[in-house]
Amino acid sequence: MKILKTLMTAAAALGICVFTANSFAEGLAEDPGPAAYASALKGKRVMLVPLTMGFDLAQGWAYYLKKEVEAWGGVFETRDPNWNVDAGAQAITDAISSDTRPDVLIIHSPDLNSYSKLMKKAQKAGTYVMLVDNPANFPADAFVGSDWDRLGQLEAEAAIKACGPSSSKKIGLVQGDQANASSLYQYAGIMKVLEKNPDFQVVAKPDSNWDATTSRNVTTTMLQQHPDICSIIDFWDGDATGASAAIRDAKLDGKVFLVTTGGGEKTADCDKLEDGTYGAVVMTDLARQSADMNAIIKFLLQSGQPAGTSHTYIYTLEKATTKADLKPDSCWDLKALQAEAGVQK
Amino acid sequence: MRGIGWASLNQERIVLGLAVLLFAAAAVGLPGFLAPDNLIAIVRSVSVLGILAFGMAIVIIGRGIDLSMVAIMAMSVAWYLQLLNGGMSDGPAFLLVLAGVVGIGVLNGVLVAYADVPAIFVTLASGSFVFGYVRSQLITQDAVALPQGHWIELFGGVRYLDIPVEVFVFAALAVLTFLFLRFTKWGRYVYYAGDNPMAARNIGMPVRPMQVLRYVLSALIAFIAGLLTAASLHSINTRIVNSNLLYDIVLVAVIGGIGLSGGRGGVRNVLVGAALIGILLNAMTIIDIPTLYQNLIKAAILLSAIVIDGILNPRDEQTAQQGDI
Repeated sequence: MKILKTLMTAAAALGICVFTANSFAEGLAEDPGPAAYASALKGKRVMLVPLTMGFDLAQGWAYYLKKEVEAWGGVFETRDPNWNVDAGAQAITDAISSDTRPDVLIIHSPDLNSYSKLMKKAQKAGTYVMLVDNPANFPADAFVGSDWDRLGQLEAEAAIKACGPSSSKKIGLVQGDQANASSLYQYAGIMKVLEKNPDFQVVAKPDSNWDATTSRNVTTTMLQQHPDICSIIDFWDGDATGASAAIRDAKLDGKVFLVTTGGGEKTADCDKLEDGTYGAVVMTDLARQSADMNAIIKFLLQSGQPAGTSHTYIYTLEKATTKADLKPDSCWDLKALQAEAGVQK
Repeated sequence: MRGIGWASLNQERIVLGLAVLLFAAAAVGLPGFLAPDNLIAIVRSVSVLGILAFGMAIVIIGRGIDLSMVAIMAMSVAWYLQLLNGGMSDGPAFLLVLAGVVGIGVLNGVLVAYADVPAIFVTLASGSFVFGYVRSQLITQDAVALPQGHWIELFGGVRYLDIPVEVFVFAALAVLTFLFLRFTKWGRYVYYAGDNPMAARNIGMPVRPMQVLRYVLSALIAFIAGLLTAASLHSINTRIVNSNLLYDIVLVAVIGGIGLSGGRGGVRNVLVGAALIGILLNAMTIIDIPTLYQNLIKAAILLSAIVIDGILNPRDEQTAQQGDI
């Protein structure tokens, strides 16, 4: 009896298995996903217009975007305005009006307003507009990048922690400029944290205009006026080499904790954390950020919605990395990416 | 009789007066301004600018202009560092880059002197060419880092009496430029050729080869300025080509009283112009004035110097020259 029961159960289970397997196999043969995916994406054009193709993040984005876009049969292009706002505007204008108008335009905006009209024009023509890294006063289809306010808070927290309660509690800032959103919001974030820590004060906040020599000169002056500064926050690793030179020249290495932010490239950030040039860096997780961009591109192209319909903000998760929590994969390696992409330079 | 009264106040003296005035005001009003370290920092902050202005001055006095200097400065050093990072040994890399720098100088000079193309166009184009070619063909990124432990890094760390090496290089080049312009035959010829090229040629000066020499000199000086920048920052960022450094160089030269029409001025004028800019920027940084206002104040003071000069020394047929910009 018991055997019979077991057998019947086994048979029933087998039957279910066979049944589900059958239906599953039929379903597999008819999975509409890949076909829909391919027909929505194939031949679509994606264009990246960064501030310049000459800095690490832009080259990193381009690497990941190209790899993915070409894998689904799309066309990926970049334009290099080389920090020139007019050249960038020209590139966008040409792209919109050309026969090969991109379906997705990814823009790294130089400031809050310069490209607003052009982006609107692009959306009108049917191109999805994605802003990356730098926000702008424009309702793009998507924004992917840092929450600069939060990033500033992370920097300020790292600075306060490094200074400690028994320090001078004096912090110096080397801002970027007064037009770029990344600089303005970063400053706002830093000040928010400092308001909560009223015993800490900002003793100086010059601009570097993102130039390393200027950063060095203003930091030199800052350190002479306030030799007891315990931490300096420089708004970009591209010019923080200047602030670090000033600290080195003032023989204050190890005494002034330099905090900055950057693209997370190995030679630009991790190597400098390792050798003590920087105390803490809020780094972009390039692979994750690029994956977000790729996902949004694929979503928009399949959504069927007209450009300008929805406005999504995808902020990349970030943290302040110090030498203590450096891991082999904390940074990405531009040289390795270039080698993989077969760029022989 | 000149030399007495208001008319003796030429632009150089007006700018010098402004610089002294600013210096006095900052010394009284700003704590720490007179500290030796701060005074050294002022000189250091304008040393690369001043060095570039020496090169520009030599060209301008000879009635030319070199707008390719910043491109040569940044791109030559970026290329050099890229070669080193690529594993090339130091000697050949340096010689190769040096040859490139001299080559661009010669090209500038030949096009201006022998093809008679206006200097402003030649050097604007060659600057763009240098930037574009090096940026696209020879280097992979805007910023190129100095290999660790390289002699440039060690050179940048050199201090004597706590004074950074840039200050000494600045001083040395000031003396060399002064000696060249004042005491060498070709240096004196620069003034004659700048003041009246046709007359200089008619009395048998080698006007054209001299012109080539001047552009080679300014290219070499730009290379030195680039090496100094890399020595201090341990990297070079080619983005500086897009900055307004080039205008600042012309400004330092011209504000100190070197006429764009050529034939006038010298090292002293550059030093006066650099002093004004250096003191001004340092004082504004100590006061922590936002950059936007800094630019406004800088522009206002420079304009006022030019206006005062214009009122005190009005141009007339005798003082105006052909080719004056």
